[in-house]
Amino acid sequence: MAYTLKVNGQSKTVDVPADTPLLWVLREALDLQGTKFGCGAAQCGACTVHLNGVAIRSCVTPVVSANGKAVTTIEGLSPDGTHPCQIAWQDVDVPQCGYCQAGQIMSAAALLAKKPKPTDKDIDEALNGNLCRCGTYVRIRAAVHKAAELAAAGKPAGSPSGARLGGRE
Amino acid sequence: MKCTFGTSFPAPENLPAGAAGGIQQSSTGGSFAGLAAAVYAKRDDLKVSIENVSVDRRGFLGTAFAAGAWVLGANILSGNADAAASWQPSVYLGFEPNGTVVITAHRSEMGTGSRTSLPLVVAEELDVDWTKVRVEQAIGDKRYGSQNTDGSCSVRDFVDAMHQAGATARFMLERAAAQKWNVPAGEVTLTNGVVLHAASKRRATLGELVSVAATLPVPKREELRFKPPSEYRYIGKQVAIVDQHKIVTGAAIFGQDMRRPGMLYASIERPPVYDSRLRSSDDSETLKVKGVRQTVQIPGFKQPHMFQQTGGVAVLADSTWAAMQGRKKLKLDWELNPEHVSYSSPAYKQEIFGSVHKPGKVVRNRGNFDGAFAGVSRKLEADYYAPMLAHAPMEPPAAVAEYKDGKVEVWAPVQDPQSVQQTVGAALGVKPEDVTCNVTLLGGGFGRKSKPDFVAEAALLSKATGKPVKVVFSREDDIRNDFYHAVAAMHMKGGIDAAGKLDSLLFRSAFPPIASTFQAGAEYGLDLETGMGLNEVLFDVPHMRSENGPAKNHVRIGWLRAVCHNFHAFALHSFMDELAQLNGTNYVDFFLKSLGPDRHVDLTKDGTKAWNNDKSVDEFPLDTGRLRHVLEECAARSGYAKYTNGKGRGIGIAAHRSFLSYIATAVEVHVDAKGGVTIPNVWTVADIGKVVMPDRVRAQFEGAAVFGTSLAMMGEITAEAGRIVQSNFHNYPVARMKESPRKIDVKIVDSKERHAGAGEPGVPVMAPAIAAAIFAATGKRVRELPIKRTKLV
Repeated sequence: MAYTLKVNGQSKTVDVPADTPLLWVLREALDLQGTKFGCGAAQCGACTVHLNGVAIRSCVTPVVSANGKAVTTIEGLSPDGTHPCQIAWQDVDVPQCGYCQAGQIMSAAALLAKKPKPTDKDIDEALNGNLCRCGTYVRIRAAVHKAAELAAAGKPAGSPSGARLGGRE
Repeated sequence: MKCTFGTSFPAPENLPAGAAGGIQQSSTGGSFAGLAAAVYAKRDDLKVSIENVSVDRRGFLGTAFAAGAWVLGANILSGNADAAASWQPSVYLGFEPNGTVVITAHRSEMGTGSRTSLPLVVAEELDVDWTKVRVEQAIGDKRYGSQNTDGSCSVRDFVDAMHQAGATARFMLERAAAQKWNVPAGEVTLTNGVVLHAASKRRATLGELVSVAATLPVPKREELRFKPPSEYRYIGKQVAIVDQHKIVTGAAIFGQDMRRPGMLYASIERPPVYDSRLRSSDDSETLKVKGVRQTVQIPGFKQPHMFQQTGGVAVLADSTWAAMQGRKKLKLDWELNPEHVSYSSPAYKQEIFGSVHKPGKVVRNRGNFDGAFAGVSRKLEADYYAPMLAHAPMEPPAAVAEYKDGKVEVWAPVQDPQSVQQTVGAALGVKPEDVTCNVTLLGGGFGRKSKPDFVAEAALLSKATGKPVKVVFSREDDIRNDFYHAVAAMHMKGGIDAAGKLDSLLFRSAFPPIASTFQAGAEYGLDLETGMGLNEVLFDVPHMRSENGPAKNHVRIGWLRAVCHNFHAFALHSFMDELAQLNGTNYVDFFLKSLGPDRHVDLTKDGTKAWNNDKSVDEFPLDTGRLRHVLEECAARSGYAKYTNGKGRGIGIAAHRSFLSYIATAVEVHVDAKGGVTIPNVWTVADIGKVVMPDRVRAQFEGAAVFGTSLAMMGEITAEAGRIVQSNFHNYPVARMKESPRKIDVKIVDSKERHAGAGEPGVPVMAPAIAAAIFAATGKRVRELPIKRTKLV
């Protein structure tokens, strides 16, 4: 069965069984591997993407329910890696192993779209579904606040702010 | 490129005394010895040798370097290297003709930052622009020396090799310029990637000097000069990890992201009970699933199981989802191992407590514990328990293998690519050299990805199908097919003397050991296991005995981050907190009094020897002064002594030496009316010796506080009828944002001591500190992990 999705602004048609989770469609049919497999049961949030702007767990979202809708993945969050969350995540040096961070960023970006100035409690509620086994939560919370500041100030502009060493494109 | 100075190197046993620190290449030497002497200091702690690398080793170097590159290899000669050890380069530093500096990362990156920190040291000492350095990940090869990324030792064991590699290359590039310009070498300096001769104002880029530098002899160590720390521009500074931008844009490649053309995806049904075999299988319904191509039976392991595959039936398909769907339709009949099918956690708990309630194998003995304990009036006995744990890295294991003509190439997130070569080689019946292991980023490791059973599966399936195959573990596969952090029981007895100091201590533990991985049925801990927290106790206690009781394994054992320190520290420091209560003091006062004067503890006096992470006590003494310092500073930073405990609020603290580092952590807990626990604050003071990347060290201790919260509060794997009960994060929870410490204050002690471990030592202190805080808040003493099992109100 063929399904048409608008993925990161581009129309894509895939021919897969209706129950195939969006996660595997993105990763294997569309070669968008920034979205990660962590649990397959909506328990960890590593697979978080936006469906019509709402953060969802793609590992339990059948492709049929995404048919005709807009999907945004980490690859499409910004054209050049300059979404305020992507900048803030680097400014705060959030990632350790990095595996969960795409999902964390997608959850955070959806939160900021709704609440430009989130409180700690807002962040806890929005990101409690995203596990990080390395334990970067304190920095994630700081990075969400920082992203909110960057967005409010009309930044970002190009690269991680401040004189930081060693960022790689 | 051709190598002008390829040489052979003497085996370590042939080196003169003290020469382990020398560079194994004679050179023209002396006239350059004064090189930049005013700027660079000598380093005395190196045991490194460097060589030019010849063209015939390029196969080993893979595609890391462009044609025409000049490549240096550096090796660290371990102080305890055995005679059979040959010269094994552990880092490669290459200069391409276009001036690009390429540094090989031979350790695996699983989140600690070592893929950045070790190359950073080379760049620092070489004095090049770090942002222009390319870091290449090494394949597995024994010529790198140990690539086994565990034991918190990447910086500790390789930082000296990195310093020397960088200093050697700088020396040779400066000398190349001097030769080219016909000026005294001592007048030429390499600074921030440019070579200068100040007097004549001549300058050259590295690329212009590569062809000359490659023809020069490698200098002796004595000729080298190293940057003084005051000149550092990278070490000790804020530097981003090299993969950070890729991570936040979704471009970083983990094992789960590897693909090969024409690849099949495999999902494997494995035996539900340890060491069991398939009796029969029916795949007729499986083969009807759209996308499924075939099934393959995988043979089970032979004991000792080591890191072999467990066996089972693989479903191979055009997509992961199809393979998973097909697998659900398999009809398998297992011949369950009768010895293990009865394994159940409640009964086993009784069994290992039975073990620790009897005398065990003595691993340390001082004074006369039994006599002293009988003679004191204030004394205590207590039992502690810690359950099995699964590693549960966020990235479940995955591997891609491509077998062709007796050779196999694999791509996998592994902590030890050489162990992959051994394991896969044995599984396929090919030589380890015929296994090429490419290491991807690891989406967490924590010990699980030291065991490459999943890579062997992929290799076997590729050979069986003639196609590239990717094995994908589901989370259920991960939780149910782990090498488990073992369940442990501890039995403690302690007596307090009239002066309020620890007088006698019996410390007995039993846990199925990792020895069972290498010797079927082994029941006693290896030295490394008893060394981790059971016999390396630093108190000045006149009467002490440590014992290890037998325990049989019914699953594969494989330690998790911080290994046996986790349960040994939980028991020891919880017990110290209890004794302090009995003594009418607090943990800090009682601990410091019992620790005695600042000194280096000598276990040989007690009939044993410190395992000490396989390092000599001369290099890494058991230093009570450093332990005292971190505890005092942590108590001060956290306000431990002045904290008002009770009414659901409490503070607990613990100090422990592990992985050659000294850590104290205080934890504040709030316990609500329903017994719910939150952790508003954690304070950690860490003395890990010298530090390369302070921010990554802080990150490790922040992460350890969360990891330690998971294992203290909620982590528990149990077995019923030989089967693992838990399957995913709903029944094997790990700490979420709300459950984790809200603030984590990490103080790194400014130390001139040797670099020690950073990745693991923040974990063991967490469980005893949390348990002590809960006691302070509620009066409820928790002696069993996870704490969620105890009703707190």
